[in-house]
Amino acid sequence: MDLAMAKNVTISVNGDALEVPGGTTVAALLQLLHVETAQVAVELDGKVAQHERWCDILIPPGAKLEIVRFVGGG
Amino acid sequence: MNERDRDRYSRQIRFSGIGLSGQQRLLDARVAIAGCGALGSFQAAALLRAGVRRLVLVDRDYVELNNLQRQWLYDEEDAECARPKAEAAARHLLRIDDQSKAEPVVADLDAGNIGEILDGVHLILDGTDNFETRYLINDFAVQRGIPWIYGGAVGSYGITMPIVPGSTCCFACLYPQPPAGVQPTCETAGVVNVLTSSIASFQVSVALQLLCECQSESCVTTIDLWGGGMRQRPQPPARADCKVCGRRRFSRLEGRGRVPISLCGRNAVQIHSLRGPVDLLLLKKQLLPLGEVRANELALRFQVPPYEMTIFHDGRAIVKGTTDAGLARSLYARYVGS
Repeated sequence: MDLAMAKNVTISVNGDALEVPGGTTVAALLQLLHVETAQVAVELDGKVAQHERWCDILIPPGAKLEIVRFVGGG
Repeated sequence: MNERDRDRYSRQIRFSGIGLSGQQRLLDARVAIAGCGALGSFQAAALLRAGVRRLVLVDRDYVELNNLQRQWLYDEEDAECARPKAEAAARHLLRIDDQSKAEPVVADLDAGNIGEILDGVHLILDGTDNFETRYLINDFAVQRGIPWIYGGAVGSYGITMPIVPGSTCCFACLYPQPPAGVQPTCETAGVVNVLTSSIASFQVSVALQLLCECQSESCVTTIDLWGGGMRQRPQPPARADCKVCGRRRFSRLEGRGRVPISLCGRNAVQIHSLRGPVDLLLLKKQLLPLGEVRANELALRFQVPPYEMTIFHDGRAIVKGTTDAGLARSLYARYVGS
């Protein structure tokens, strides 16, 4: 891995600061946080990150993410 | 507005956000409540008390004793009589306000009836218990330009978000496909009774603002009442490539995406769900506290008297003890999730 990629960066997840390795993808972040991916939508800097691209989308330093869990009960 | 109504709604009329003109808009509005369970029954009472007398109440289920913990509008007599929720709700609403014009509709909303049942409403409140109906409502609302307000609640966690066509993102922008596999439901994961009323209160609050034509920022609101707190943030913009609001393809209104159902034997219904694979061991663990369950890697059998459900690894299910497709869908939504 590129040294620059391995350096930790700070991002924000649902308002909380979090340090992750540089070059972390959305999919890797969800795995790191043990998030059940079938039930969530992810916003990256105010825009919806398409589910089918989660493996490719790199999270830039300082990014603001929202992980929104949807539930079906009512 | 007559003198009696001026008195009845005086505290709202004095509130600057509503005023006399807003109150008149509420009295003139016609609103649909899709699903009259924990969310919907609360919404119905709150909206009626606020002056929305023309309510269309849609629900396919009957009141049961285990509903009374969180479904504020119903009582033991409704449960003993197994009254249809839509009709029970309309009866109770008349006791709150004898001028209530609530229209009960005992039906399972589907592509074939949604146009007729929800025709002419100004707003739709989500009180459903499954994703399939929500995607159908989203198609219908976006196609006709009618606002709807999503709400969901399980355990101690809930979420709500308004969808205002032409102004906000739609449900499919944020969440293009329903989740696959076993989902937590109020039957399997339980639910805190004030969670549903909290989410329903937020939904009604947004509904009142939309009906009164008040400008406010559209937010996604999430709540975890068991220590997780509350979070609100602006909705993301609509996606230009969204199939529903971007490309205006309303596949669910055309019946696509609907899980097909067929009669199977003399007293059974087969649900041909394609949403699998279902983790049967996880499902067994969730259902064990609720009744007799037997499972292997291929199938799970669950007794929920007087019915018996057999769920297969691919998500398909057979519900024995009924020929009612709506009831079979309801049992599936409750115990497997949809």
